[in-house]
Amino acid sequence: MNWESVIGLEIHVQLATNSKIFSGASTRYGAAPNAQACAVDLGLPGVLPVLNERAVEMAIKFGLAIGAKINLHSVFDRKNYFYPDLPKGYQISQFETPIVGEGSIAIALENGTERIVGITRAHLEEDAGKSIHDLFPGQTGIDLNRTGTPLLEIVSEPDIRTSKEASAYFRQMHTLVRYLQICDGNLAEGSMRCDANVSVRPYGQEEFGERTEIKNINSFRFVERAIDYEISRQIDVLESGGIIERETRLFDPDKDETRSMRSKEFSEDYRYFPDPDLLPLTFSQALVDKIALTLPELPDAKRIRYVEQLELSEYDAQALSSDLERSEYFEVVVNACNNAKQATNWIMGDLTAYLNRNNLEISASPVSAAQLALLITRLNDQTLSSKTAKALFDGLWNKADNSQGVDALIVEMNLAQVSDDLELTGIIDKLIDDNPAQFEELRNGKDKMLGFFVGQVMKMTQGKANPQQVNEIIKAKI
Amino acid sequence: MSAGLEAGEYTSVELTEAHLTDIEQRNKQSNSFITIAREHALAQAKAADVKRANGKATLLTGVPIAHKDIFCTKGLLTTCGSKMLSNFYAPYNSSMVERLNGAGIVTVGKTNMDEFAMGSSNENSFFGPVTNPWDRSKVPGGSSGGSAAAVADGLVACATGTDTGGSIRQPAAFCGITGLKPTYGRISRYGMVAFASSLDQAGPMTRTAEDAGLMLSYMSGFDRRDSTSARREDDWLNAIAHNGIPKLVRPLTIGLPKEYFADFANTEVIEAAQAELVKNGHTFKEVSLPHTQAAIPTYYVLASAEASTNLSRYDGVRYGHRCENPTSLQDLYERSRSEGFGEEVKRRILTGTYTLSVGYFDAYYIKAQKIRRLISNDFDKVFEEVDLLMTPTSPTPAFRLNKHTHNPVEMYQQDLYTVPTSLAGLPALSVPCGFVNSLPIGMQLIGPAFREDTILSVAAQFQQITDWHQRHPGESA
Repeated sequence: MNWESVIGLEIHVQLATNSKIFSGASTRYGAAPNAQACAVDLGLPGVLPVLNERAVEMAIKFGLAIGAKINLHSVFDRKNYFYPDLPKGYQISQFETPIVGEGSIAIALENGTERIVGITRAHLEEDAGKSIHDLFPGQTGIDLNRTGTPLLEIVSEPDIRTSKEASAYFRQMHTLVRYLQICDGNLAEGSMRCDANVSVRPYGQEEFGERTEIKNINSFRFVERAIDYEISRQIDVLESGGIIERETRLFDPDKDETRSMRSKEFSEDYRYFPDPDLLPLTFSQALVDKIALTLPELPDAKRIRYVEQLELSEYDAQALSSDLERSEYFEVVVNACNNAKQATNWIMGDLTAYLNRNNLEISASPVSAAQLALLITRLNDQTLSSKTAKALFDGLWNKADNSQGVDALIVEMNLAQVSDDLELTGIIDKLIDDNPAQFEELRNGKDKMLGFFVGQVMKMTQGKANPQQVNEIIKAKI
Repeated sequence: MSAGLEAGEYTSVELTEAHLTDIEQRNKQSNSFITIAREHALAQAKAADVKRANGKATLLTGVPIAHKDIFCTKGLLTTCGSKMLSNFYAPYNSSMVERLNGAGIVTVGKTNMDEFAMGSSNENSFFGPVTNPWDRSKVPGGSSGGSAAAVADGLVACATGTDTGGSIRQPAAFCGITGLKPTYGRISRYGMVAFASSLDQAGPMTRTAEDAGLMLSYMSGFDRRDSTSARREDDWLNAIAHNGIPKLVRPLTIGLPKEYFADFANTEVIEAAQAELVKNGHTFKEVSLPHTQAAIPTYYVLASAEASTNLSRYDGVRYGHRCENPTSLQDLYERSRSEGFGEEVKRRILTGTYTLSVGYFDAYYIKAQKIRRLISNDFDKVFEEVDLLMTPTSPTPAFRLNKHTHNPVEMYQQDLYTVPTSLAGLPALSVPCGFVNSLPIGMQLIGPAFREDTILSVAAQFQQITDWHQRHPGESA
């Protein structure tokens, strides 16, 4: 039988606020355990939550970016369960009425087509702390630094059909939240995590099969692998006459498999109800309109503009627009040197190669966008040859003190092309005097002797002579 | 007392020392205090005397008071009357305590209470029951029973309390003192251990309405740490420290809700109080609050639901009682909580957990919220006709210890007259208005939202023409 898989993702995005969603403690990653948990985060008796308005603005921004309905009235609920890293015994979340309603996002598929994935909702909630099981033998450590970090949980419709689409969707969300500057996108630090709901059904069947949920996947690669494993596991079960049970599973990247965590019979009743410590979240359409004005150009719009206005290839446009910092770097270079093609070639070529070799993000590039733009300008005004330009790039990259200007470095490294007519004429005259036989051959129409003379000039100037100019001077002598 | 300090008749240190000695000697009788804070109080008193010497004294500077043991106080135990928190020192002050500290008040101790403020007799305390100063075989009411008894015994002139369904007003009535539950949102809940968040409200317990008004003015105010705190600027409240409670400028129309008198036996006491107020030109009018009978079940559904999750944080993991040698996480939770909580608290956690469960949520919680709205509408409607309401505070005077402990539903009926105002979030106070069998009776005055001035003014006027509030236990009633 042919099977079709049906996938929906719930992505948890840690919002890049300075302080927590309901307290003033810092959200910075990597502090000593429990150093960033205040009385509110610890759930001490008598403490109360106060909503961080920045988190609300970020959620609105996200909703606008996916064309979603923004709910001017939403409610925070308590989700009740006991766990040691959940200090209050409940998580403050939004259940019945989320801040962001239905929206959608387009993802580019490998075959060049596009798929629209529906977003059911996105709601605000607080993150839990971390349980550390492997540090103290026989005991569990609790680190509450993460407690109360604002999360936006983005729930997709079951519109995704393959593991590749799922990872493309996850990537697209990653690009988007970084564009919106509402999340640092650091997957290794847990800034984005997702749960995947997976089911299979025979091709052509309308209704969905029973689904399982794979929890807490934190890389694009793992999303693909976990879903691939789960799809084939479900098909195996069904083809051998078994049934799929609704359950929660965990992905083990070491063994490349998913394992059952808890089944439906043990599923908890979270006893959701409106949190009486918080008023309903209400704001005006005017606030939404104001935030709409702050929306940056989104990745899709940017990609299209690169193709249509800057005449980039689809591939380059996609690569440059998919990362906000790379696109910003690109645009600074283009605006300064006015040559999109060369800017693209340098960024996609030498710069990317150097960055990869040194494992650096573009934001940490030793060669600034302004420097690269000036390098391209000097190439175009023929101060540099393509060869000396590469030498200059290497020089800029390796220069410990990079405050020196590009032009100063060209002088210091002696990279400027010799374009001085008198100087070049002097050199050529001397060459003709020293090589009368060869010059005679050239005069008699042996064109390849031109190459000999040009080569000699380049040799004498260490490659810095402007070859076109040399050509012209020699031709004039004939 | 404030005048004596200002006139230099005694220092705050002397006054505090006298109070502490008195409390230390007489607390055995009443068991009003869980913590007597001798060193803490004397340090505050010394600072208050310096403050006064520097000309920075407020009317409360150097005045000894007691806090209900539900308010977090830095450096002192905050037990909430529970074994669960019997070892808990809060690392911070509640906002209300912070405000009073700012005014220079002296905290002589923390008063006894029903565990987590759940109870109407103060018999649910891990630290033992409190006795009623008027008759030691009777309960002082609850849950703020320790504060009420301490004021009635003259151990302190004023104390703080909290009221979720009557926990300030009912003990005030039983102990013959004045107790004010302000409008929900008037006093910050930050640092007040939560029982039922949508109902909990702090308030003053004093001998007179004037003192209650003065205390209120220092306890209240917007607090950004409490999202349900009200942002208000009431001139009358800001002016109380200088002008006292505002004088009434016209006679008022006082409503008598008939549902509150149907089963009330001691009507003659309330009628006598009415007669006094009529002398001042006020008129009375019978009104109806038709959903009154639904208030008790509504209250117990909502309060228990909120309590069941508010008390989830007491899990033995971070602070509070933790069982010996837990064998697993489940064991840690189960034994810490079974050992740490008393019977009534467990009963309400179970009730609340049940009513919030899938399949019961709509039938209980949602329905109760709807009835709560109807009850609130009842009040809105009558306040179109009358300026305030007058009712008995409690169906009976103080009852004997152990009378209702085995029948929770009977105990819950104690709150019949106080719970509806809590559900509606309205201000209400209890003032002594007579005696039955040598036990004080309280009358309740209920005002529209944020009109504590109306009920305080009427109470103050009543206290000018009567002397019930000046009676002391031990004198012949």
